[in-house]
Amino acid sequence: MTPHDKNRDDSRASVELSEMTLQSQDTDISTARPTRDQTDRIRTTEAKSQGRLIRERFFRHKGALAGIALLVLIFILAFSSIGFAGLPGWWNKEYDVLAPRFNEGRPTLTLWPFSLGEHPFGQDVLGRDYFALTMRGTQTSLIIAFIVGLVAMVIGTTVGALAGYFRGWTEAFLMRITDVVITIPTVVIAAAVAGIVAKAGIIPFAVFLGVVTWTGLARLVRGEFLSLREKEFVESAKSVGASSFRIIFRHILPNTVGVIIVSTTLAISGAILLETALSYLGLGVVAPDTSLGKAINDNRSALTVRPWLFLWPGAFIIGIALAVNFIGDGLRDAFDPKQTRVKQ
Amino acid sequence: MFYFIAKRTIISFFIMLAATTLMYFLTISSGDPFEDLGETSGPEKAATIAARTAAMNLDVPPIPRYFLWLQDVGHCLVPGGISCTLGQDRTGAAVLPQLENAIGSTLRLVVVATVLALVLGVVVGIVTAIRQYSTFDYSVTFISFLLFSLPLFWLSTLLKQYLAIDLNTWLANPQFSYLTIALIGVVAGVVWAIVVGGDRRRRLMVFGIAAVATALALYLLLVTGWFVAPGFGVVGMLVSAAGIAVLWTALLAGFRRRRVLNAALAAAGVSFVGYLVSIPLLSDPNWFLVIVLVVALAVVSYVVAGVVGGPFRAQAAKIGAVIAVSVSLLIVLDRLLQAYPTLSAKAGGRPIPTTGSQSANLEGTFWEINLDYALHLILPTIALTLISFATYTRYTRASQLDVMNQDYIRTARAKGLSERTVLVKHAFRNAMIPITTLMAFDFAGVLGGAVITEQVFGWNGMGKMFVDGIANVDPGPVMAFFLVVGTAAVLFNMLADIAYAFLDPRITLS
Repeated sequence: MTPHDKNRDDSRASVELSEMTLQSQDTDISTARPTRDQTDRIRTTEAKSQGRLIRERFFRHKGALAGIALLVLIFILAFSSIGFAGLPGWWNKEYDVLAPRFNEGRPTLTLWPFSLGEHPFGQDVLGRDYFALTMRGTQTSLIIAFIVGLVAMVIGTTVGALAGYFRGWTEAFLMRITDVVITIPTVVIAAAVAGIVAKAGIIPFAVFLGVVTWTGLARLVRGEFLSLREKEFVESAKSVGASSFRIIFRHILPNTVGVIIVSTTLAISGAILLETALSYLGLGVVAPDTSLGKAINDNRSALTVRPWLFLWPGAFIIGIALAVNFIGDGLRDAFDPKQTRVKQ
Repeated sequence: MFYFIAKRTIISFFIMLAATTLMYFLTISSGDPFEDLGETSGPEKAATIAARTAAMNLDVPPIPRYFLWLQDVGHCLVPGGISCTLGQDRTGAAVLPQLENAIGSTLRLVVVATVLALVLGVVVGIVTAIRQYSTFDYSVTFISFLLFSLPLFWLSTLLKQYLAIDLNTWLANPQFSYLTIALIGVVAGVVWAIVVGGDRRRRLMVFGIAAVATALALYLLLVTGWFVAPGFGVVGMLVSAAGIAVLWTALLAGFRRRRVLNAALAAAGVSFVGYLVSIPLLSDPNWFLVIVLVVALAVVSYVVAGVVGGPFRAQAAKIGAVIAVSVSLLIVLDRLLQAYPTLSAKAGGRPIPTTGSQSANLEGTFWEINLDYALHLILPTIALTLISFATYTRYTRASQLDVMNQDYIRTARAKGLSERTVLVKHAFRNAMIPITTLMAFDFAGVLGGAVITEQVFGWNGMGKMFVDGIANVDPGPVMAFFLVVGTAAVLFNMLADIAYAFLDPRITLS
């Protein structure tokens, strides 16, 4: 910083100071806008619920906000464009209708001046509209990812809660099962059965993926329960005769919600990548359904001649996973501010 | 300690037993082993069905069949018994020889990727933690998230298509225009300025120096034809050895003790003499000779540096040995690079291969064969490393920040220790403790990831054994793959627990 800069900064600070002094001088202290010093005092005494603190910390995380914006955008684009479950969308082409190829199936999307053209993402080898196909794939991948997150959350939380609360044989039994499943890499256990389950449709496939990815969450929730069950509020609940069921769900579980939400978010982004990887190995979503991974797998030999068939679904996978990861990071910071705080 | 290991081994054994049961029944119930015969007919079909039934024991019900497989594995655990085969695949061939062929290339891939990701991830993670909330920190955070979100197969395919093919074309005629050289210099300057940071003047200076140095170095390399026949040369080796000595001294001891720096430079000198002496010895060695030479060089440097170090004998000797090992690695690298022109010619001028784990029927010296392995490793390793790198960076950063907030760090600063001592001796060592656990988990994950990478790059490794086995509903190869992966996972978890207790005295094993 040059001396000149320094002077300017000092003068600005003094102007601010004098303004504040003026304010506090000519108005009654109780109705005045508080000075910086007073704000600090007010902030420490103002009542804020835990939820509000978490919300405030979350909305300070710019990456997480950008992630939410991106995810919402992708959601709206995917579900409004080609419609969903019989509802029509604004895009006029179907993902499974063959058509003559227009200009070698090249993308007609132009950014400046912005126009979608006939086939914004191009056409695949059979002449199907690739925008509709990608949107359909995005829908499937999103549905699968959220079901996987939900199933993994329910199983992982239940197993972790029961093991952590009851200890003893229940814990030994449940945690050994967890160890057994953790021993097998997720891709491996999923690949072994996915091929069969996937033929039954995307919902059974998604539920199955959830059934093999809950282990990490179970371990985390158990850890939380082990420390929370020794707390005084659990003891007092016991002393007034609350049932185990009530203690677990009313008293302990709400305190572990941070861990559960954060790792469910990360499970969702993991699920997107797992589904695409399995579909790539030919063990995932099967026709007539399509997913982003399947679209890439179908067109993997097209990279040299028709790179857009390979790049568009990839861009959507990255977009979704990136958005979810950033949201997860923001949630982690919001629920556990200790992790990022630095005293220097 | 002994009690802990014994207990964990027994528990791990039963966990593996349960996991194999689960895996076995999942595999055999995943499809019809005769599916590929559906469209054929005639006498061959009946013969194949009979042969497969015999090889896979399909005439036995599933549960006894699992015990038959377990019996085959048991033969391998009992020494001196019936020969160990790990069962048969569907053609009746023993699985163990196939596994022995496959395991080498997969382990090469996984180990190289893990080590690279660990080293890079830890270094970058530490720097981001030290310079928290800087441009560098934010860029690395964003890049890590991007890498987390990349589908491995997608990245691998892109690397194969663009990086390998374009790089091969460029290597055939390695030339850049002046504009390209200048642009690369500018990019390097920006990167260095972001990494080093500081106020505007310092950043501008770093930018200038880095940009000019990079452009100049690149120009010299191009003019001297380095990319056609790479290597360090005698002068390059001398300069690099001195540079390594200064770097390690800066990191491990600082420059306040002149004797230690002198000792380090002496060790670099010894290593350089070692390099000159080893030139004729290393024309076509084997791994045993290479390792013996490295150890000999390390011992000599240890002694020499210890003597020069005088009062700081212990520290100087250790640094001397570290320098000798680093220079040895550089010598090996130099030798590999020298083998490049002949290998490139043998590969028809397209040196970076996109498929397979080694060239078929390659005959050449020790260095040519190993360079061939290394070149085949480049693309899959980049893909696997990038993905693990993100994990290591994030965890190291979090762990280092956590440690920097501890009271003992403040105490160390308060008693006037230099920042280097605080960071390296007090913070870094403790920040590494959680990383041991991460490594155990990540290694198993990378093995799983290898399944996909091997598929993309057409390697004949364990991943291919597994994928083919699943496709053929053939439990033999699938279970062989799982035995290796599962044992590695269980073993690494146990080692991580032991290492944890060893590194953190607050934890006791029971």
